[in-house]
Amino acid sequence: MAGAAGPGAGPAAAGGDGDDSLYPIAVLIDELRNEDVQPPLESLATVEETVVRDKAVESLRQISQEHTPIALEAHFVPLVKRLASGDWFTSRTSACGLFSVCYPRASNAVKAEIRQHFRSLCSDDTPMVRRAAASKLGEFAKVLELASVKSEIVPLFTNLASDEQDSVRLLAVEACVSIAQLLSQDDLEALVMPTLRQAAEDKSWRVRYMVADKFSELQKAVGPKITLNDLIPAFQNLLKDCEAEVRAAAAHKVKELCENLPIEGRETTIMNQILPYIKELVSDTNQHVKSALASVIMGLSTILGKENTIEHLLPLFLAQLKDECPEVRLNIISNLDCVNEVIGIRQLSQSLLPAIVELAEDAKWRVRLAIIEYMPLLASQLGVEFFDEKLNSLCMAWLVDHVYAIREAATNNLMKLVQKFGTEWAQNTIVPKVLVMANDPNYLHRMTTLFCINALSETCGQEITTKQMLPIVLKMAGDQVANVRFNVAKSLQKIGPILDTNALQGEVKPVLQKLGQDEDMDVKYFAQEAISVVAQRLRKLDFPVKDSEVPRAPGAEKNHFLRPRVPGEDTGKGPTYRLHVNTRDTLVQLEIAELVHFSQSRD
Amino acid sequence: MAGAGGGGCPAGGNDFQWCFSQVKGAIDEDVAEADIISTVEFNYSGDLLATGDKGGRVVIFQREQENKSRPHSRGEYNVYSTFQSHEPEFDYLKSLEIEEKINKIRWLPQQNAAHFLLSTNDKTIKLWKISERDKRAEGYNLKDEDGRLRDPFRITALRVPILKPMDLMVEASPRRIFANAHTYHINSISVNSDHETYLSADDLRINLWHLEITDRSFNIVDIKPANMEELTEVITAAEFHPHQCNVFVYSSSKGTIRLCDMRSSALCDRHSKFFEEPEDPSSRSFFSEIISSISDVKFSHSGRYMMTRDYLSVKVWDLNMESRPVETHQVHEYLRSKLCSLYENDCIFDKFECCWNGSDSAIMTGSYNNFFRMFDRNTRRDVTLEASRENSKPRASLKPRKVCTGGKRKKDEISVDSLDFNKKILHTAWHPVENIIAVAATNNLYIFQDKIN
Repeated sequence: MAGAAGPGAGPAAAGGDGDDSLYPIAVLIDELRNEDVQPPLESLATVEETVVRDKAVESLRQISQEHTPIALEAHFVPLVKRLASGDWFTSRTSACGLFSVCYPRASNAVKAEIRQHFRSLCSDDTPMVRRAAASKLGEFAKVLELASVKSEIVPLFTNLASDEQDSVRLLAVEACVSIAQLLSQDDLEALVMPTLRQAAEDKSWRVRYMVADKFSELQKAVGPKITLNDLIPAFQNLLKDCEAEVRAAAAHKVKELCENLPIEGRETTIMNQILPYIKELVSDTNQHVKSALASVIMGLSTILGKENTIEHLLPLFLAQLKDECPEVRLNIISNLDCVNEVIGIRQLSQSLLPAIVELAEDAKWRVRLAIIEYMPLLASQLGVEFFDEKLNSLCMAWLVDHVYAIREAATNNLMKLVQKFGTEWAQNTIVPKVLVMANDPNYLHRMTTLFCINALSETCGQEITTKQMLPIVLKMAGDQVANVRFNVAKSLQKIGPILDTNALQGEVKPVLQKLGQDEDMDVKYFAQEAISVVAQRLRKLDFPVKDSEVPRAPGAEKNHFLRPRVPGEDTGKGPTYRLHVNTRDTLVQLEIAELVHFSQSRD
Repeated sequence: MAGAGGGGCPAGGNDFQWCFSQVKGAIDEDVAEADIISTVEFNYSGDLLATGDKGGRVVIFQREQENKSRPHSRGEYNVYSTFQSHEPEFDYLKSLEIEEKINKIRWLPQQNAAHFLLSTNDKTIKLWKISERDKRAEGYNLKDEDGRLRDPFRITALRVPILKPMDLMVEASPRRIFANAHTYHINSISVNSDHETYLSADDLRINLWHLEITDRSFNIVDIKPANMEELTEVITAAEFHPHQCNVFVYSSSKGTIRLCDMRSSALCDRHSKFFEEPEDPSSRSFFSEIISSISDVKFSHSGRYMMTRDYLSVKVWDLNMESRPVETHQVHEYLRSKLCSLYENDCIFDKFECCWNGSDSAIMTGSYNNFFRMFDRNTRRDVTLEASRENSKPRASLKPRKVCTGGKRKKDEISVDSLDFNKKILHTAWHPVENIIAVAATNNLYIFQDKIN
């Protein structure tokens, strides 16, 4: 096996530099998983690139599992000790991640040593090491005996939680979750809660942010009693924190917090102790806070039930639907399904509609894009009648938006709507409107018709495609704008599989042949591509062959993007560069074109 | 006074004298623009000294080990590594040339055998690793000895590369490039005491970076008014507190300093302290605002004080007193009558820097005519010294200089009118523990130290 090369190459490379380039080696050694790779990993665990160190530590952790307890003490623990007392912080930070894997299987004497090393790293001079120790404190606590947790880990935790560096204190909050899980309620109250209370009121917003961010985990770790007595008041403070980042983090947790409260008395707690603060947040000055709240607030309705929702939450939803910030409105709309289950969407529809219309016409195209994404959801919640009456015109209007991304999204949206409402609805409501656009004076809108047909044909099925769509597509083959014409070729290729042989043979093929002789080289190119695909299909229908034997169209999978043009620009300027391609496949191709033009600009 | 005392009398009293040690750089009179030194910085141990120049180069000097065979030669600084940190660029979107000039260099605390520093020009900050290499791997599988890739199909056997000793080589490699975060010109960078973040300040904004993350930075101060016509002041310098990770200060062109606490909020647009000295109405003139603009701000090593340099003076502030500085030292008061001509030749906009000695008991800053000034904070004595090649004999003592301010010119005095304003000392650095100073005079770097008795 390649194991022989690993240990040899490892130290050589680790001694050099260019640490990013060491990363693959760290990964490689990781895959070898051999006892012999310990020395190179040890030196990789001391380099200054964090990714490399982390990977080396990860590998060492895995190796430790393969050791017998005796080998662990003989080979692995000394390595950890060397790293822990290394000159540079890089080795000491790496050591922090290794204590917890060797501790459980070590003898008592060695255990004491390991604890001693960990203690000294927790009060290391450099903040990097203290951060590493703080981030591994919880993990280490989990493998310690309960007595040691109380006598040693808790004091370390208390110290780290009052470190002078904000970046260390905030990591202690994470450790708090793990430590809290290990202790009894009484011990928790005495040993951990003072520190946690202090963290929730820390002078630094980053620490308070961390408390807010980890709130659900903390809540689960400390249990229901302390949650009600301590965490709820702390949460109230976080919801009205002076720093918006903290309020936003807390707002994100509102739903989870409420869900995890003990069922008994939950409603009262939420109504009396949480809801008043939420009401304040709805009119917060910071839009991130409002939008964080909007992303979860709808979830409260299932917890609070129909009556409370109508009486207390609905006014908040309605206020947020009118919020000046589009993200808030979008977040409410995107979560409509939660409310629908509880009170039905009709309660909201009065306010919903203006909000949707406003978003649909927002000046920022990203906002318009976002609301389009929610249209299928809205359609299924509101039902076909409401949709036809109020929203259909919006969906149609997006098709002629001046931003391509919106027109594209609108096209896909139509497809999803048809999947929801069925082909009959499509035939009556959507298809006629789409087809009318084929006569639009703007060539971009005419192309949209083609894009819609591409998207809809499969869902609509053969009959609609053949009877209603195909004639329009064929007619557009005579369009004066080349972009439209080559999109006709592409559309024909796309809808080809849905059509029957007669239509293909009798209607599609002649048109493609004509396009194949177009004066524009792009039209020619795409027509030829379509011809070869259609020809294959015709051949397959006549003489079925296995798919694998089907000759592939030249360059059919090449990704050609549209060349932006303006109408009338497509005069027959000859290509500056021509490439002769031997067309070897189908008869049809040979009939039509010997040449394929590639423009240089494509490359 | 806390932290004062010790460190001798750097201002040239009885304890010791400054003497010449070394001078670096070309001797000839006509100076290439690219060779002009634009920043000087000792690392945390003082063993390395970095300079940046207008040509985008960084030169690092290393202090030689004390030599037993030559007992009187004290560790001299010799070139350790030279590399091109920044290249001239062109911003095509804004049609702006981006100079390669190194505006600031800041060392990172040492974390392993290699050394790291941040260097910045107007727009882009780079993290450099300076490392030594005395071994070379030979016998790679995929490439020849001269580095060319081998045809993978012709490799039939795997071999283990071996390490061969070679002459010591110092390599500088760019580890991170922090770009595209500043619309205006970067004037300061400062590493936080948490050793994982640093700030960069331009004329209107201050950004906070993580040393390992290059694609994201947080804006922590933004003084850009909605309407640029309402712009009244710009940020001139910014620095982190040496010990308190949450505190930084920034100075403005109006002569004020704001201290911000990053704990209180994510955006530090509102300061927690505002240091401003009330203006003396009697000395008010057309130039008042220009000369009160702060060109540099530096925390003392103890973290208790900060020092600011404006055009004519250097001030020491106690962080606990916002109303006025605890010390004001005049650097070249005799120029007050010359402001008009200094305005005309643009010298009035020169940005002088300032620095503390290792024990915070003395401060140093530059002036014109290759003069630089030192102030002893305990004895209140000050001295003017000159960086010049004339008395650049090894261990020659520096003679104090005096500028004659009107009346009869005494012997050894220099008249204000004969000062050479093209010779200015903008950048100086003081060794973090010893009495060794580095003084950048145009394209020359002078190193002085105290005389051994």
